[in-house]
Amino acid sequence: MNSIETIRQAVDDVYRVESRRVFATLVRLLGDFDLAEDVLHEAFAAALQQWQQTGVPENPRAWLVSTGKFKAVDVIRRRSKFDSMKEEVARPDHDAEPQPGNEQDIEDDRLRLIFTCCHPALAGNVQVALTLREVCGLTTEEIARAFLTNPATMAQRIVRGKAKIRDAKIPYEVPGAADLPDRIDSVLQVTYLVFNEGYAASSGETVTRHDLSEEAIRLGWVLVELMPVPEVMGLLALMLLQESRRSARATADGEIILLEQQDRQLWNRDQIRQGKELLTRSLGTRRFGPYTVQAAIAAAHADAPTAAETDWGQIVALYDVLQQLTPSPIVALNRAVAVTMRDGPAAGLALVDEILAEPELAEYHLAHAARADIYRRLGKTAEAINSYQRALELARQEPERRFLEKRLRELAHAAG
Amino acid sequence: MNYMLLIYTDEASWTDGEREDCYQESIALTHQLKKEGKYRAASPLHSVTTATSVRVRDGKRQVTDGPFAETREQLGGYFIVDAADLDEALKIAERIPGARKGTVEVRPVLELVGLPQA
Repeated sequence: MNSIETIRQAVDDVYRVESRRVFATLVRLLGDFDLAEDVLHEAFAAALQQWQQTGVPENPRAWLVSTGKFKAVDVIRRRSKFDSMKEEVARPDHDAEPQPGNEQDIEDDRLRLIFTCCHPALAGNVQVALTLREVCGLTTEEIARAFLTNPATMAQRIVRGKAKIRDAKIPYEVPGAADLPDRIDSVLQVTYLVFNEGYAASSGETVTRHDLSEEAIRLGWVLVELMPVPEVMGLLALMLLQESRRSARATADGEIILLEQQDRQLWNRDQIRQGKELLTRSLGTRRFGPYTVQAAIAAAHADAPTAAETDWGQIVALYDVLQQLTPSPIVALNRAVAVTMRDGPAAGLALVDEILAEPELAEYHLAHAARADIYRRLGKTAEAINSYQRALELARQEPERRFLEKRLRELAHAAG
Repeated sequence: MNYMLLIYTDEASWTDGEREDCYQESIALTHQLKKEGKYRAASPLHSVTTATSVRVRDGKRQVTDGPFAETREQLGGYFIVDAADLDEALKIAERIPGARKGTVEVRPVLELVGLPQA
């Protein structure tokens, strides 16, 4: 009745959809990440065997949680550690048909897991590694590859994070209302960091690592579902709007195409629509923050039918708001570029020169590239070449370096 | 007058066996001190990798991973508190006045069986 292939397919489907939820619940029940991971896999192996006889149960998630608990009791017995945890885990209902789990509890378990992995008592790179490993279910090798680290280093980071959660007793819970805003910030930061590593890898051969951005967007949808608050919606909107330009951002052989030159037909309309819907919801609350403002800037670009029709006035105004919410030299630089487009290169040059006079961005390649571009627009070729060369010295990402080299060649050619 | 004796060593230079021997020898020492009427409290701490630091600046709490290691400031006091988990410990750390000027390093105390009652 149930062929092995049918069951294997069913188990695969359940794994994809439910495994991290089951894991989150097992962590709560067992209080141990490693034990939860072990019995999660044992439970799926058991499913593969048993569902051939019994068919897929009505509530596979509850079945898996229950089986996982049962397996954990075995493991604990094998370790012959008869502590109080065993008593508690051993009590439930393994003879009875597992009861469908309370939906809210299970969703809360996922939130608990995210907040635990993003606890500020963990170092930033540990938060990222743990979130990808425990919340998203990526393997240590996959995470290491994405961040260009060797698997041993990444494994160590994950082990250290889990040891600190256990030994320092980082609680497995959603923070109370008073702490929530601060703690959501670190969850959003980790999510955006993962997205950015996939969108604009900080170094290396390719411009983008698509799978990480996809992972971050998936996490963003989970977060919006669990906590539909303004900045959570704002961040997802921002990620969707940026992601919508992916296929227009580079040539087939990986060369950068600037926003101005992108073929807007290639922008993903579905993602733009979803992003703008979320943006509207977030703006409607009037309690939005910097992610929502950045999403609004991305939406202003998405709304322009051609580069020339971009509403630069609106974009400058949005950067003004962003500068108030989170003042930073990077925001100032982006604002200067928008002013260049609104008021002309001379106005932009004054602002960029001011920014480069400060130490923070003096070594930032994009600041020099922005100045070079303004000189190019002003027809000051020698100055433009100087600034592009400085940018090239500082750039670490290969496609960016090739882009800067191309600009330099064009200018040298024009200069004759 | 009580003294808190802070032992600084390189954690990585200990093997598990050496550490276990050290615990046993330390327990023996605490019993001797107890007989001499000089024992108040003693405990090893979990590894420095479990440390969390708390600062309060402009009324806002900043929590970071890792030990406090700014060479210009020295240890000026300590609290030993009983908290349910790290979040509760951090909340107490935030209330310590020193957090507004310096940093409070929060380290879980390692439970060691065999120490005498103070």
